Amino acid sequence: MNAGHGNEAFVAFEHVQKSYDGETLVVKDLNLKIGQGEFLTMLGPSGSGKTTCLMMLAGFETATHGEIRLAGRPINNIPPHKRGIGMVFQNYALFPHMTVGENLAFPLEVRKMSKAEIEAKVKRALDMVQMGAFAGRRPAQLSGGQQQRIALARALVFDAELVLMDEPLGALDKQLREHMQFEIKHIHERLGVTVVYVTHDQGEALTMSDRIAVFNDGRIQQLAPPEDLYERPENGFVAQFIGENNTLEGTVETIGQGNCTVRLGDGSVIDALPVNVSRAGERTLLSIRPERAEFNLDRLPEGTHTVKAEVLEFIYMGDIFRIRLRIAGNENFVIKCRNAVGQRRLRPGEVIDVGWLPQDCRALEAA
Amino acid sequence: MTQATADQAKGSVLAADGTPLKVSLRRALRAQKLRALMLIAPLLAFIVIAFLMPIADMLFRSVENQIVPDTLPTTVVALEDWDAKGDALPGEPVFAALHDDLVVAAEAKTHTRLGSRLNYEDSGMSSLLRAAGRGVRRMSPDEPYEAQFIDMDKDWGDIETWRTIKLYSGAYTDGYLLNAIDMQKTVDGPELKPASQRIYVMLFLRTMLLSLTITFFTLLLGYPIAYLLAILPLRTSNLIMILVLLPFWTSLLVRTASWKVLLQQQGVINDLLVWVGLISDANRLVMINNATGTIIAMTHILLPFMILPLYSVMKTIPPSYLRAAKSLGANDWTAFWRVYFPQSVPGVGAGAILVFILSIGYYITPELVGGTSGIFISNRIAYHISISLNWGLAAALATMLLIVVLALYWVYDRMVGIDNVKLG
Repeated sequence: MNAGHGNEAFVAFEHVQKSYDGETLVVKDLNLKIGQGEFLTMLGPSGSGKTTCLMMLAGFETATHGEIRLAGRPINNIPPHKRGIGMVFQNYALFPHMTVGENLAFPLEVRKMSKAEIEAKVKRALDMVQMGAFAGRRPAQLSGGQQQRIALARALVFDAELVLMDEPLGALDKQLREHMQFEIKHIHERLGVTVVYVTHDQGEALTMSDRIAVFNDGRIQQLAPPEDLYERPENGFVAQFIGENNTLEGTVETIGQGNCTVRLGDGSVIDALPVNVSRAGERTLLSIRPERAEFNLDRLPEGTHTVKAEVLEFIYMGDIFRIRLRIAGNENFVIKCRNAVGQRRLRPGEVIDVGWLPQDCRALEAA
Repeated sequence: MTQATADQAKGSVLAADGTPLKVSLRRALRAQKLRALMLIAPLLAFIVIAFLMPIADMLFRSVENQIVPDTLPTTVVALEDWDAKGDALPGEPVFAALHDDLVVAAEAKTHTRLGSRLNYEDSGMSSLLRAAGRGVRRMSPDEPYEAQFIDMDKDWGDIETWRTIKLYSGAYTDGYLLNAIDMQKTVDGPELKPASQRIYVMLFLRTMLLSLTITFFTLLLGYPIAYLLAILPLRTSNLIMILVLLPFWTSLLVRTASWKVLLQQQGVINDLLVWVGLISDANRLVMINNATGTIIAMTHILLPFMILPLYSVMKTIPPSYLRAAKSLGANDWTAFWRVYFPQSVPGVGAGAILVFILSIGYYITPELVGGTSGIFISNRIAYHISISLNWGLAAALATMLLIVVLALYWVYDRMVGIDNVKLG
């Protein structure tokens, strides 16, 4: 997908700020470019400003400062109903007094389309979400997943090029949510519309997006494709927020090109990848994913630094084992290993050596 | 097991102790029902005594006419053969019966009550009977009573007097109810009263029309306020809510009196308009002691009853509906009219029916600010209860009002659907 850099960005936020009370900024200097046809997810904890950004794009909130452009046109002063942006709301917002068909016809009627045209478009949109047989039903007669599909169809029925989704799957149960994630993804691929998706569920973000913007404290912490975000978090917040993460505190001993050594609290020295550290003697937080730490030392390359760890807990989870260790004073160091043939089952109290590849141990700024 | 299967085949499932399941279920539920009934018993008794029984009594009073056959038992029987349509007075036996009845009645002093009863139908009957009560004792049994009665008061020789007694000789009468719709009993059956005496149908129509107007104005004024209440942040909406409820904390009389001060011809509003120069001093607006005064004062008084149900319904409409409508391309008005308003209709229905039914029976405000052109049917009912003491007619008017309200309620149910009314 087009990452949207350069001038041809479909949606652009430029130095956008938003404050509700004139004292604190909810969104601080947001710069974001979204390419045509991209699936961009705004991910972050509640209160991070992601929904505010979406609402500014939809036109329900005005930016306190900065400019928002859609297809090159500034839209700050265009009212929501003239923006032509489809939107799927958290609680679907299907009009309860209209049937499914009337709900879908609504955006077409206000655009003064002919009856025949409306009928054809409604039918096409309903068929797209496999709800063709439900046109005569009321929203209250549908299940959550069905309502979700109708809301999606309604946002797409008037051929919007940009569709915003505000935590659309939040109200569904886990299984249905996962199913709908794929369905939305497939519709996106088929229609080529640009989607801006807001969620606080990182799994959802990783599954669906072309790029993810991680929000915290009114700023984008990192904007990257899912893989980069998970494997190469650029700061402590992203590392913590996306996936499970172990942290170890230490001090940078030596620093070179793409490599550094860090002395941990217990005196041991390990290799790490410098990300947010720049000089020796600096305090740092090392970030290691649970599935990248290994106690089967055969699997690690020769010369890898290892540390001593005491097994505190061994949890059987079916497909994986989850092992809690004490490493350099940190009692919440978790590693995961597959329940593979011949996998060693550790016992609490055992002392083992644990190691990882230097590039999987990222030296980030100290908290 | 085989026994149970056999019983199931017969359609009666048995409980563990062998009694049929339905019986033991009923027994188990009976205790619950009894307990529930006991909890509501005080309220039920209160409603029966203070609400249902008075209504039944009112319905009964609107047709009750026991006093005539009770006071004049033999006269009523004697009158049965008399042809009221003819020109001849009833014969001597009737006068004799009247004499006998009046002797008894004068003894018991019930003839004056009969007089007031018949006076409602034919003015003059009261004094006629009071005089007769005094006169019957001096009458001689040896001479014809007819001549003696006519000699005492020539009205006894008037055929209309006898027609009235004959028409109202039954224990039950439709006279009050006919009266309540501007009709009267005649020997030729019910007919309309002379145009100059018709008043109640006009009053009913005016009550409906003014109540509709008041309902419309409360809706017009209340809808935006209720909307603001529903969408503003809690702190602001609480302040508005206090302002909405403020009238409830002020005496009704004080509020009505303050409207008098504001609206009268030498009042605040007229003074202001004259001072500004919008109207000349000679053409001060007449805004009180007429229908305008009733509409203004009652709209103000009943406004909270419109706002509160509207608010409680609007509160449940998520703001995301309006946003969704706008995101789908609807401008503000379309979004409101096609998406928000239809969902607020249950509140409109509840508020409208509440205000309309309250105002249809309103009494005190029209009495104080309505003058003659702004009074309601309830003011007439009150007049008959406390001034003219014609309780039968008051009951008949109230019965008519009840019928009208029930009919409107039925129409409303047909048109809007009572299920569509929501108070929250």
